[in-house]
Amino acid sequence: MGLFMSKGEIVAGCLAPHPPHLVYAENPEQNEPTAEGGWEQLRWGYERLRESLADVEYDAIVLLSPHWQTYIGTHFLGLPKFKSLSVDPVFPNLFRYHYDLDIDVDLARQIHDKAADAGLAVKMMENPDFRVDYGTITTGHMFNPQWDKPLVVLSSNRSRDYYSVEVMQEMMMELGRVTREAILDSGKKVVVIASNSLSHRHFTTESAIPEDMSKEHITSHAMHLWDMRMIEYFRTGQSQRILDEMPEFTEQAIAESDGGGLSWLLSTLDIPNYPGILHGYGTIIGTGNAIVEWPERNHKEGRE
Amino acid sequence: MARAESQGGERMSDGELVGSYIVPVHPHTVLAADQNEGWGRLRDAFEEAAQRIKDSDADLLIIYSTTWPSIIGHQIIADPNPEWVMVDNDFHDLGSIPYSFNIDENFAHAWNQANENRGLKSRTVAYHGFPIDVGSVVALKLLNPDNAIPAVIVSSNVYANRAETTVLAKACMDVVKATGRKAVAVTAMSLSNRMFTKPIDPKDDKIHSLKDDEWNRKILEFLGEGRLEDVGQLSRTIHRQIRVNKVVAFKPMWWLSGMNQNRNNLTGEVLAYEAIHGAGGAVVHLDPAASGAGDKEYDEDDVEYFLGERNVLDAQGDETEMVSETVSAKPSNSNGPALWEPTESKDSVNSAAAPKPVGAYPHARRVGDLLYLSGVGPRQPGTNSIPGGPIHDADGKPLEYDIKAQTHAVVQNITRILEEAGGSIDDVLDVTSFLVDMDRDFKGYNEVWADTLGKVGPTRTTLAIRALPTPIAVEMKVIAKAPALE
Repeated sequence: MGLFMSKGEIVAGCLAPHPPHLVYAENPEQNEPTAEGGWEQLRWGYERLRESLADVEYDAIVLLSPHWQTYIGTHFLGLPKFKSLSVDPVFPNLFRYHYDLDIDVDLARQIHDKAADAGLAVKMMENPDFRVDYGTITTGHMFNPQWDKPLVVLSSNRSRDYYSVEVMQEMMMELGRVTREAILDSGKKVVVIASNSLSHRHFTTESAIPEDMSKEHITSHAMHLWDMRMIEYFRTGQSQRILDEMPEFTEQAIAESDGGGLSWLLSTLDIPNYPGILHGYGTIIGTGNAIVEWPERNHKEGRE
Repeated sequence: MARAESQGGERMSDGELVGSYIVPVHPHTVLAADQNEGWGRLRDAFEEAAQRIKDSDADLLIIYSTTWPSIIGHQIIADPNPEWVMVDNDFHDLGSIPYSFNIDENFAHAWNQANENRGLKSRTVAYHGFPIDVGSVVALKLLNPDNAIPAVIVSSNVYANRAETTVLAKACMDVVKATGRKAVAVTAMSLSNRMFTKPIDPKDDKIHSLKDDEWNRKILEFLGEGRLEDVGQLSRTIHRQIRVNKVVAFKPMWWLSGMNQNRNNLTGEVLAYEAIHGAGGAVVHLDPAASGAGDKEYDEDDVEYFLGERNVLDAQGDETEMVSETVSAKPSNSNGPALWEPTESKDSVNSAAAPKPVGAYPHARRVGDLLYLSGVGPRQPGTNSIPGGPIHDADGKPLEYDIKAQTHAVVQNITRILEEAGGSIDDVLDVTSFLVDMDRDFKGYNEVWADTLGKVGPTRTTLAIRALPTPIAVEMKVIAKAPALE
């Protein structure tokens, strides 16, 4: 290891959910449909997250989205630019977004290679016709609407479907560990993001005006209790308890942590024992969504 | 020709299903058929299926794809000419599939309306750039290579159960019949769907496990005998046994069986069965011509209308979108009297899962070892809707209704009340039934009785009466054994 090479750094880790309703409600010029607002609690939460990082310098965003679902290992976007139209197959009435994003292919490959060395199944995605999933785009937009930072995008390896939450988590912990190593070795300053909701039981109907907030609420009390339990752990630095309870949470709250993002994030942050900052919580079509930041930049002492 | 007649011998209207096909979803058959002999045989089978479809003079392809999940009901492609380039999430290194399809937008809109008519949530999708899923792209590229036959594509709802999926098919057939189409139904699906979790050399491909292979062969044995409904009713078992729990469960057989009148005597032929990266891929042709099989091994309900979990968003009350169930001192302007909260008393048994009373009385009352139920009709809790339709409108104008659906719903409501008391339908001892039109309805009512309460064995008295308080055709007064108190 070169003695004088600057060490990479994770400046923050974020839980940043991706329901397309948020972009829809923002009315950015890239999105075709328009809305009369809606889901303000979460959109204000994203505002607070952006403000929190406004004066923080970083080079790239590393993001795992549960809507690029792969069954043969973890894949990485592997070309420098992707530009196209993303239409949500579930909510096409809300999300038809013209995206133009840059990829930090070098960092993607560094993580890919370390993961391969660790025995994980990985693949670079180098087909220029590939369409980037709407989860990546939504979180990418809400986190950084200027799109002025390159991304590293990881697919969601559905090992939970093939095995169990426990096996999924074991693999995601390893992927997180090598992600951290690769970032520190890269000399880059990076924000890592898991793009997922908490409880994930949807309503199966949509109001005539999708942004009608009088119709928005959590699907059930049980889902609310699970979301609050997780948020309490986020706010009090109890990451190990989150990991310990991941099987029950994922099964009982039908949580989107099934995609591995939250486990991977906490592992990439080396299982933080300091409080995360809750920037916002709200429901979207019945699912529970929290925006949380772990300001790793303020907690470097004694963690390396 | 046998297929021109329905199962009951009743003459069908012009439209009909002229064939059904089951096809695999992965892109290997389009992009890499030359890399593995099995993939090549699947490709050959696709081409054989395409020829048979052409020879059948079909004028509509209807695709139900398991690789297009939806949440808000079912979605139907209604863009007349969707064009894009499809790249698979996993197999992007095999290449890209450009597509330009010929979609029957009129049929799509009519099906959407038929879904609504049968109680389903449904919508059409016609946006430039909408991502047609891999299963639909593969099916249409290979079964309809020159786009000669217009198509429609429907999603697979993540939360849909058998009733919802069956009704989706029946709504589709409503339109096929009404529009005189000669339609082919296609399910894009895997059998066992566990793939290898690492890249493999194409020549090493095989079914992931012996268990998966044995189940696949059992399914194909049934389908080869034309026993489609039996496979449909085994869907949950198949899902548990050989399906990785991806987004959509093993429900396409529910839809395909519904498209085929839930028949079990089709003429089946397995054109190919091979592995695709470990998953089970098969091309199967099911011809509607009757074969020697027939008797159903299983006996799930043949559902006509979906009565599921709708109006969830309106649970707190939105009078413009749902029938009000608020307690009212005066009759509502809906088709029937005002609803009341069930009367509470020391011995009363009331269920939130049963329809609200139309007067001051409980759902049931316990006296000693017996439960006395107030008259039970078919109205549904929450929506107050009447399965099979009301017998007249708000102005008293007679309407067509389905006595079987109403009778089924009555039995369902009785079950709910007895379960609230801690018992079951097996506890029913004596029933007095009231029919408003004995001549018209006794036969249908009696058939449902034989399949339900008739198997329990209570005594029964059936009376003709002039009217009931709500626009229903049947009501039952029940005495049941009360479950022992703790």
